[in-house]
Amino acid sequence: MSRIPLPYNPKVLELFRNPKNLGKMEDATVTAVAGNPACGDMITFYLKINEQEVIEKASFESYGCAANIATSSIVTEMIKGMKLEDAWKVSWKSVTEAVGGLPSVKFHCGILAVGALKRAIRKYYKDRGATPNWLPEEHSFEEKQALEEEELARVLSRRMKLAEGK
Amino acid sequence: MIENVRELLKAHEGIKREVYLDTENSSIVPQGVIEAMLPYYNQRAYGNPTLTHKPGWEALETIMECTQKIANFLGCKALEEVNFTPGETEANNLALMGTAFSMRSKGKKIVISEIEPINIIHVTDMLQKYGFSTTKIPVDEEGFLKLERLKEAVDKETILASFSIVNNEIGTIEPIKEALEIVKDRNPEAIFHVEASDAYGKISFNVENLNVDLATVSSYKILGPRGIGALYVREGVNVERILEGQIGTQKLWPGVENTPLIVGFAKASELAFQSFNDNVNYMRRLRDKLLSGITERVPDVRLNGPRSEKRAPDNLNVSFLKCEGEALTIELSLSGVYVSSGSACSRRLLQPSHVLVAIGRRFEEAHGSILMKVTRYHTEEDINYVLEVIPKAVQRIRGITGSTGVEG
Repeated sequence: MSRIPLPYNPKVLELFRNPKNLGKMEDATVTAVAGNPACGDMITFYLKINEQEVIEKASFESYGCAANIATSSIVTEMIKGMKLEDAWKVSWKSVTEAVGGLPSVKFHCGILAVGALKRAIRKYYKDRGATPNWLPEEHSFEEKQALEEEELARVLSRRMKLAEGK
Repeated sequence: MIENVRELLKAHEGIKREVYLDTENSSIVPQGVIEAMLPYYNQRAYGNPTLTHKPGWEALETIMECTQKIANFLGCKALEEVNFTPGETEANNLALMGTAFSMRSKGKKIVISEIEPINIIHVTDMLQKYGFSTTKIPVDEEGFLKLERLKEAVDKETILASFSIVNNEIGTIEPIKEALEIVKDRNPEAIFHVEASDAYGKISFNVENLNVDLATVSSYKILGPRGIGALYVREGVNVERILEGQIGTQKLWPGVENTPLIVGFAKASELAFQSFNDNVNYMRRLRDKLLSGITERVPDVRLNGPRSEKRAPDNLNVSFLKCEGEALTIELSLSGVYVSSGSACSRRLLQPSHVLVAIGRRFEEAHGSILMKVTRYHTEEDINYVLEVIPKAVQRIRGITGSTGVEG
């Protein structure tokens, strides 16, 4: 249990103080969640997608630290106007770069944000019973990481419940 | 990296007021303490106290005077019972390892609680590698030791029990006398150590009356300088050194004595103990004002730790639901209110504060926890300012959370 200094850069601080595209979207085409409050890290993305499969609007809500808020916000900026096929190619590394870098202990925030985005894209096609040829069947790195984090939250919560009973 | 830090600091320009409530993690040293220390760097007693010249004897005299003061406040019988160390982390390492080494032929069992500070828990983890085993006694939902569990845990193999008198995170004042009686009843030879850093200067206790064998105290926790602490070792109790080198006046810690820091520690102790009752009542009043102000102004708040006289007078620990703690500490900092959080956000998938988990807080409650400690130097205006800032900060962070986690 060590502590690490967190010298957030000005871009992260700015997105933390004035997050872009914050809030629930009532007319979202698709909504996706990644993370778990038990991990102290959870993101909801709302995407409005038109018939050409272009993201017209994106917004987010986030329960998490400054890096979580900043990476979620920047993802919504990055994917606005993108075709879903191109949005799928957004990687956690490009998100980390877009916020001007993160302390390494905060890389998982960018990974979780991209995991939520990829889930949203997958869900959009699943809802429509479609599978575009560019969409891999196997989970991407970011989706796997999100699943792993959520599984750990479940394990920890279960362990706590067991501990209460003892 | 340093540019980032400078920019972060620049973002704080123009704040109206600054209120430092993070005395758990470091403290502001009052000017009077610094002034007391300064002459000892270059005007007098700058010598090594074991050497035969005037600056050395001055240092020896000074260290003995300071030791006397601290020994009086602790209630020691003899000066030799106070052993200076570079801080409470070192004193706790010395207490645990030093006892494990000296008692190793008598048994291998150590007993602590689930809510001890990291500098106790990690030492016992390390000792496991050398054949010692540790039982962690659980606590109830306010952090009180489950004494019946202690009874079950202690036997003739138990060489050491270590408990905080006051928990550093949630302020619980533990039933130490009862715990000690249980341990000594089950095994009179077991050594009983108390972590007293959050009790010293905050609640009344006396090592002689409590009848403990070892007690750790810290300078910065009573607003003295960092880098100095002490381990009380009852006369006749054998603790082995854990570091070797030139031994001087401090038989359990090698190296040159840091006279100015010892002077600062003694001065800070004097300031804490002169008008002790007034200080304590003042801290309690400000803390209570802070607590009631927060619960009146902010919905969905939970107090962590006891609500009664069984809580240290300076300690406040609250959880704001649907409000992540690290984000909240940054938001508060930008308004000049400095606190810490039990959130785990600085590492991937790390558990939040083990203390909050041990008292049964759900993880999402622990992630939204804020620890604050008031001092006698805070004013009513400081607290009013904090009460103005916190509701706005919590509201903004909760606005980012939105509906996230509601259905999940």
